[in-house]
Amino acid sequence: MKLVIAIIKPFKLDDVREALSEIGVQGVTVTEVKGFGRQKGHTELYRGAEYVVDFLPKVKIEVAIDDGLLDQAIDAIAKAANTGKIGDGKIFVLPLEQAVRIRTGETGPEAL
Amino acid sequence: MEDILNLRYALDTFYFLVMGALVMWMAAGFAMLEAGLVRAKNTAEILTKNVALFAIACIMYMLMGYNIMYPADGSGVIPAFDFSFMFGGDHDPAEVLAQDPASWYDGTYYSGMADFFFQVVFVATAMSIVSGAVAERMKLWSFLLFAVVMTGFIYPMQGYWKWGGGFLDADFGFQDFAGSGVVHLCGATAALAGVLLLGPRKGKYGPHGEIHPIPGANLPLATLGTFILWLGWFGFNGGSELVVSNVAEANAVAAVFVNTNMAAAGGAVAAMVVARLLFGKTDLTMLLNGALAGLVAITAEPLNPTPLLATIVGMVGGILVVFSIVTLDKLKIDDPVGAISVHGVVGIWGLMAVLLSNSDATFKGQLVGTLTIFGWTLVMSLITWGIIKAIMGLRVSEEEEFEGVDLAECGLEAYPEFTGAKGSGL
Repeated sequence: MKLVIAIIKPFKLDDVREALSEIGVQGVTVTEVKGFGRQKGHTELYRGAEYVVDFLPKVKIEVAIDDGLLDQAIDAIAKAANTGKIGDGKIFVLPLEQAVRIRTGETGPEAL
Repeated sequence: MEDILNLRYALDTFYFLVMGALVMWMAAGFAMLEAGLVRAKNTAEILTKNVALFAIACIMYMLMGYNIMYPADGSGVIPAFDFSFMFGGDHDPAEVLAQDPASWYDGTYYSGMADFFFQVVFVATAMSIVSGAVAERMKLWSFLLFAVVMTGFIYPMQGYWKWGGGFLDADFGFQDFAGSGVVHLCGATAALAGVLLLGPRKGKYGPHGEIHPIPGANLPLATLGTFILWLGWFGFNGGSELVVSNVAEANAVAAVFVNTNMAAAGGAVAAMVVARLLFGKTDLTMLLNGALAGLVAITAEPLNPTPLLATIVGMVGGILVVFSIVTLDKLKIDDPVGAISVHGVVGIWGLMAVLLSNSDATFKGQLVGTLTIFGWTLVMSLITWGIIKAIMGLRVSEEEEFEGVDLAECGLEAYPEFTGAKGSGL
């Protein structure tokens, strides 16, 4: 099993959710985060004074994936989240040692 | 006797000023209502629009709007164009006091400046109706440019035709006490024209007819805004009686206040019940729109109905507004705050409801009035929006719409602390 972490642009969330749904992924966890990579922040203006905002709002999606579905999941996320413009985000893959469904006690891939 | 006349003039002038101040407070109501129903990333921009349009309305009305709407002379269709108000002046006390007391109220019985003040806050109200419907995707300066034309010309012309003594009043006996038509229908029609040329927000409507809700960021603000509007409406309708300084008129004003309140209450309850029956949940935003719909509905005739009838008129408004909001979405007319439904659809109901309690009104008169206001405003607004669209565009870019118009138009955010500022520790 793998834990896929994707940082994407907030307005792409619905597209990514749908894309994951289409390949059979049933659950995701979403967090509002702020961050930057090579996409620079922007300057804002407040009462005549400029200030720099380095961080940009992003959305972090975490989804536990069965090994067999991994490539499809990465592909789905990358396609759905892509705008072609800088700041589209990144996908990270971590090995996932164990997963448990709390309600039933199922473990391993059955818990996903 | 002179003391009494002095007092009457002072009291009625004071009345106009205080009622006008209450209507001015409605600007805060609109600002809070709209700020509460848009997303956080678009909040600063809509607040900017609301404050700026009020200021622009005051200036344009002073420069030309007031004189167009209340000319000394006119043919009934075309007012005499004079631009004298901006140079000031008011009634001479000696001349006022020299009037025959027996026909006092047919003469000059209150300050001219107070008259302007009471009227200018009405044009600002009409203009602010537009800002909610075009929220979250219109360029700020395109909107403000429209405001210049609307408050300086479009609104005053149709206002002249009814309140300024023009043909709707003189030839057709069109009744509109405080402006369900002149203010609310007019504003809603301008909004409709804008929305038709602007298009819906990105992501609002799906490719197979789906309607995606875009929830507002701050319902406490929306609620506060509604209550502020409710309070301000006592000035809107109450002041439109235009006199308070004798027993009959004082009673009339009191009746107007009561009916205004009852209609709001009726509208609120009706909308709440309809929404609960239709959707299975008690939608706060429908309750808020319902109260406002009740207020719009009674605005054409808040004096003559009994309190019971006023409540019922409000209730019908509340029922209509829920169905209208749902229907407009089905027609893919995206109105983030329900302005076209509350002020337009229910405005028309208000104009027709006059027939229920005002024997001076005729169906023909109300119909001609409704169609005239709607037709004039729609055509002139479409032309104006169309010209603005050709010159500078109406809509922000797709990228700007995603980032939020706060950043694109105002360069700042209403709620900046999530992403923070460098060095500020956030």
